[in-house]
Amino acid sequence: MEETFFNLTWLIPLFPLLAFAIIVLWANENRRLSTWIAWIGIGLSWILGWIVFFSTFAATRELTPPRGVYRLPLYGIPAGSTELQLGFQVDTLTGVMLFMVPFVCLMIFIYSKGYMNFGTAEVDPRYSRFFAYISLFACGMLGLVVSDNFVTLLVFWEIMGLCSYLLIGFWFDKSYADPNRITPKQAGLKAFLTTRIGDTLMLAGILLLYSQVGTLTFREVFSEETLHTLATTYAFGGVPWATLIALLIFGGAVGKSSQFPLHVWLPDAMEGPTPVSALIHAATMVSAGVYLVARSFPLFVAVEGGVQLAVVAFIGAFTAIFASTIAVAQNDIKRVLAYSTISQLGYMIAALGIGAYVAAVFHLIAHAFFKALLFMASGSVIHGVEHGHHAGVHGHHEPHDERSAEFDANDMMNMGGLLRRMPATGWSFIIGALALTGIFPWAGFWSKDEILADAWNSFLHGGHFGVSSNWAFFVWILLTIAAFLTAFYTGRQIFLTFAGKPRTAAAAHAPESVPSMTAPLIILAVFSTFLGLAGTPWANQFYHLIGEWADVAGHEIAHGEFSLTIALVSTGVALAGWALAYLIYGLRPLTVAVDPLRRALGPVYKWLENKWYFDEIYNAIIVQPLIRLARASFVFDRGVIDAIVNAVGAFGRWIAGWLKRAIDNPIVDGAVNGVGRLTAWFGEFMRATQTGNVQNYLLVAAVTVVLLLALFLVRGG
Amino acid sequence: MDVPLSWYLVVAAALFCIGLYGALSRRNAIAVLMGVELMLNAVNVNLIAFWRQIEVARLGLSGQVFAMIVITVAAAEAAVGLALAISVFRNRRSVAVEDVDTMKL
Repeated sequence: MEETFFNLTWLIPLFPLLAFAIIVLWANENRRLSTWIAWIGIGLSWILGWIVFFSTFAATRELTPPRGVYRLPLYGIPAGSTELQLGFQVDTLTGVMLFMVPFVCLMIFIYSKGYMNFGTAEVDPRYSRFFAYISLFACGMLGLVVSDNFVTLLVFWEIMGLCSYLLIGFWFDKSYADPNRITPKQAGLKAFLTTRIGDTLMLAGILLLYSQVGTLTFREVFSEETLHTLATTYAFGGVPWATLIALLIFGGAVGKSSQFPLHVWLPDAMEGPTPVSALIHAATMVSAGVYLVARSFPLFVAVEGGVQLAVVAFIGAFTAIFASTIAVAQNDIKRVLAYSTISQLGYMIAALGIGAYVAAVFHLIAHAFFKALLFMASGSVIHGVEHGHHAGVHGHHEPHDERSAEFDANDMMNMGGLLRRMPATGWSFIIGALALTGIFPWAGFWSKDEILADAWNSFLHGGHFGVSSNWAFFVWILLTIAAFLTAFYTGRQIFLTFAGKPRTAAAAHAPESVPSMTAPLIILAVFSTFLGLAGTPWANQFYHLIGEWADVAGHEIAHGEFSLTIALVSTGVALAGWALAYLIYGLRPLTVAVDPLRRALGPVYKWLENKWYFDEIYNAIIVQPLIRLARASFVFDRGVIDAIVNAVGAFGRWIAGWLKRAIDNPIVDGAVNGVGRLTAWFGEFMRATQTGNVQNYLLVAAVTVVLLLALFLVRGG
Repeated sequence: MDVPLSWYLVVAAALFCIGLYGALSRRNAIAVLMGVELMLNAVNVNLIAFWRQIEVARLGLSGQVFAMIVITVAAAEAAVGLALAISVFRNRRSVAVEDVDTMKL
């Protein structure tokens, strides 16, 4: 029974792909039809995905990666002496992803209808195209999780890259009065180019892997023998192939999951429509990087205590804390969430870096639900404030709101008191925030706590996979501080947005969003609340699914042990963050649009507000030198290359002219003309014989006969 | 008394020459045609003379048959030739041979 469904796994990415094709080719003109096609496409994927997911429960022992994998080989590409096997697979890790991805996608698809103003006068002119893009995007993510090899994984990975470019730049015709503010078009390009750096590294890793082991199928690459070979053969110096390849593949994850130092694209990607932010930057695409590391986990731990795990842990932990500090000083409601996402992805990466595989995957799933919820709720808020702005300014004419021609509906300073105006949005936002900050018993508490507990236990009892306990302690400290900051900036966001009194007419007139937007919020809020119960330390379904039977490079996956101390510490830290946020923003809600932190922190606030000046630093050390290099190359091109090319051209022309005068004119042309003249002269001569008079011809014939006769007579023939 | 072969040949040659002269010298296309007919009949005389001399002893008929074919062809040729002459006359109001020189160009 299960196998029947497993054999249909390949259909899961196909449904949204078909939806994309149908919308693009035929349904483009009909918005209602486009919506339904996209919904049906992802809906079918969702149903099949959940069937597959629940079917994996029946046979976790047989289906736990890396050993237990149900494969559906599709075809093999002959490649020299080997064959590149392509196909799909089902295992518990895929199953877990299939639980999350299509469902969250479906919620986002439903939400998009309202967000893109279906059925109103302000409906987006590219409404159908939007649904086509997000369908293609869903195809990319679903294809990624059911791929059984690095090749198709990379293909779907890049499909998502393309879609993120298209979707971030969806409002490509938008421009701002402020020339320093990034436009959607530029943001799309930035996202595409930045992730491309990681993808190049990843491609290099995949190629090296293929050159070393001759196969790219997960099951074969992650088999114990292959990993042993990779761990004991050396690329150069004392670096085993496993370490090098793992680091290169991790490069891809860094780009896609927006980790330091390639994190710069994600905050700017908020220029895209909000459902896109929820889809790409919370639930699916950014988690693809974490999924890749989780999928390649056996490779990362093939070398005991190798440098690759330390790098992964450091990047993750550092990203977690540094992104959360930036989030503290952002005023754009979506940018706060963007940095929060970067920070939470850092948690997952750090968890993988200390060997907390199950906790990382658990957090990946839980985070996808509550972060999609938060993004969509923030989108609902923005939507409401925008409508409130129109109603307030054009309807009621309140002069104090006309101070700027460009009203920023994303700015939390323009909000306040929205809980009363938008109760469904507000309460689901708060539930998402509770889940994010790890308050008992919401999902984030269980997943984040498992990561922290794993780190703490690694410190106490020695790490898994040769991770040093000091390193685990370092990770634990960073993540705990990040948890505090997470609670603080989330609390700040809630109080600024929902508490107090509206600070602008726009916020005062913001209407609640339509049911097709609030319904997904409520559903996701329910999931954010109860999903954590699937991963409690007493009945850890995630451990049962992906950890219990896993045999990673000869190791077992440790069962994350519950530690009451850690649970209390992390809860205490989170509550402290909330309390601090309450003291600053909640106790006396802001009435003017000035953040009290700005005065309190001084230059530090400025530094955080400018995102540690990363964009400026990259601009100075990478972009500007590249521009200068391009200019210098241009001058070189003009001065040297063009000069050489022109000189060669002139020389060629001179040679050709000489040949023309010396050879072509007198000899070739002479011969041709001579033949022509000779023919003409001969024709002129022969013309005289052609009188047209029959009797002349007859005379000639007769004379000829007589002459021939005479000839024969003379010769005696 | 048999007439010797050479006499026939002389008559035929004379006839042929007269025909050739007529064909070459006459301006009127119909006269040219008549010259051609004379030449054909000179050939017929030759055919019959040679047949009489050579073939009659062997009971062959080829000379006579050949002559019959020539007469038939000559009749057809005369018909076509006269039709041509009429056609030319209709177009040009003349049957002078030297006027019919459109092949020149």
